[in-house]
Amino acid sequence: MKRVSVDAVSAYFGAHKAVEDVSMVIEPARVTALIGPSGCGKSTLIRTINRLHEVVPGARIEGTVHLDEIDIYGESIDPVLVRRQIGMVFQRPNPFPTMSIYDNVASGLRLNRVKNKDTLDSAVERSLKLAGLWDEVSSRLNNPGGGLSGGQQQRLCIARAIAVEPAVLLMDEPCSALDPISTLKIEDLIHELKERYTIVIVTHNMQQAARVSDVTAFFTIAGAGEPGRLIEMDETSKIFTNPGDERTEAYVTGRFG
Amino acid sequence: MPKGKAKEVARAETSSLALQLSKKRRITGDAIFANLNRASGIAVIALLIAMIWFVLSEATPSLRHYGIFSFFHTRWAPSEASLASSSPNPYGIVQFIYGTAIVSIIAMVISVPVGVGVALFISEVCPKKLKKTLTTLTELLAAVPSVVYGFWGIAVLVPALRPAAGFMENTLAKIPGVGGFFEGPFFGFSILAASVVLSIMVLPTVIAISREVFSTVPRDHREAAIALGGTRWEVIRTAVLPYSRSGVVGASFLGLGRALGETIAVTMVIGNSVLGISWSILGQGATLASVIANEFTEANQPFHIESLFVAGFALMILTLVVNVIARVIVARMGAATGRAS
Repeated sequence: MKRVSVDAVSAYFGAHKAVEDVSMVIEPARVTALIGPSGCGKSTLIRTINRLHEVVPGARIEGTVHLDEIDIYGESIDPVLVRRQIGMVFQRPNPFPTMSIYDNVASGLRLNRVKNKDTLDSAVERSLKLAGLWDEVSSRLNNPGGGLSGGQQQRLCIARAIAVEPAVLLMDEPCSALDPISTLKIEDLIHELKERYTIVIVTHNMQQAARVSDVTAFFTIAGAGEPGRLIEMDETSKIFTNPGDERTEAYVTGRFG
Repeated sequence: MPKGKAKEVARAETSSLALQLSKKRRITGDAIFANLNRASGIAVIALLIAMIWFVLSEATPSLRHYGIFSFFHTRWAPSEASLASSSPNPYGIVQFIYGTAIVSIIAMVISVPVGVGVALFISEVCPKKLKKTLTTLTELLAAVPSVVYGFWGIAVLVPALRPAAGFMENTLAKIPGVGGFFEGPFFGFSILAASVVLSIMVLPTVIAISREVFSTVPRDHREAAIALGGTRWEVIRTAVLPYSRSGVVGASFLGLGRALGETIAVTMVIGNSVLGISWSILGQGATLASVIANEFTEANQPFHIESLFVAGFALMILTLVVNVIARVIVARMGAATGRAS
């Protein structure tokens, strides 16, 4: 588990500034939720943590992000290797459609040149168990991953992300495409996973942030075309009961957003 | 308002509403459009049937005279034909079917890997500025008339292939089993030359469709592979290629369809040897299309032109079969990857 320090990060798409001057420290073994209205830059910010932002043509960032003491934007750092340390789960479940359930979970390990069958077998089993999917799929590991339900696919993606034992797990609105029961399962899963991983979750569901997170960071934008900014970050209980900023209070009480 | 009048107004209102909702309001424009579409659809089917009918009826006298199965041998010798005798049939077409198949297959073996590679370069690797230029250039390849490819084949390719052919004769020909395919002597005008010309001609089809297919790979899948720590090649291998498999197969078969029927360029470089099968790709041959193009204007022997139509009919059947197989494969792969093709 590692600590993520975001330091004066601004993120751009071409000339458009999507996020301005965000600094925050994300502690290990805790769940940090990023909340805020649509377009506030929370998804963009989370994508700067695994250097995924820069794969969009024309996108770049200012500022820097540290993983413990390492500057992941440092001159000598290979972004591909950064991403192998930081797992990510996306908004829509995106298992590789032609791969079997087994191959999906093993895909990250195979990218890391793991070839030993026993190692792969045990990693796949461990990850699927951790993702709470093992009992449902253990008898059909060779079926295509695309044949599972939406909620199962998302848990498969979580299993795929944690199979490589990343230091940090990023989740970008992991439940927004799922039904309430699947959402509940993923939330339970997040509770279990936080003992092992530093977890950052983006959500625009405030109840979800309240349920799963220890720390909450609230983002907002001043208006259309303005960059998103971090307004405040604190213990989740404090953000939802006694926030320091009136914009946060307006948002969490449902008066805007 | 008197009672009677109110009723009248109400009736007028309902009738005008009935008018507004009446089927007749929509009917004329829609009917014209629907019938026009239907007519076009029927016209396409009718044209295809008429085409098959035409070729078959032109071939019929020869088919009647010799019998269908007598065409299945490998010697085409029009000068031996006579009105009086119907046996042996001098018009064997198996060597043309073989020629068509082998030329197309070699062309695909060359152009599919190259075409997919070029398409991957354009869609995944090359900088944005170069993308447009490259795409246009590859599309221009398709605009070059096939007779020009033929000239290029004669003037440039045939001499250039000589060292390659020499290499094949000296090395590949010595491999037991498959050596026969590479035995000399090299004639210049050859199956090999025709295959290479053809591979360049089908390249634009393979590139254009593969590129299109790669661009439909959802960003989700790419990002999944990137986020797992995939390098560019690993992203291509884990996300792009598997998703595109059925499309690339489709592209290959469309290219194959073009290759099977390509006539002039092949006729110009294949050597037009009609008297048997050359198993060596360094030897000369002929295809169903090339023999028709080569002999049509001087077909003056008995049943000569009718027998060329038999070859034409065989070509039609061959392309039809290939297209059906292609559709079945693409549909099956599409179903397996959970995407419509």
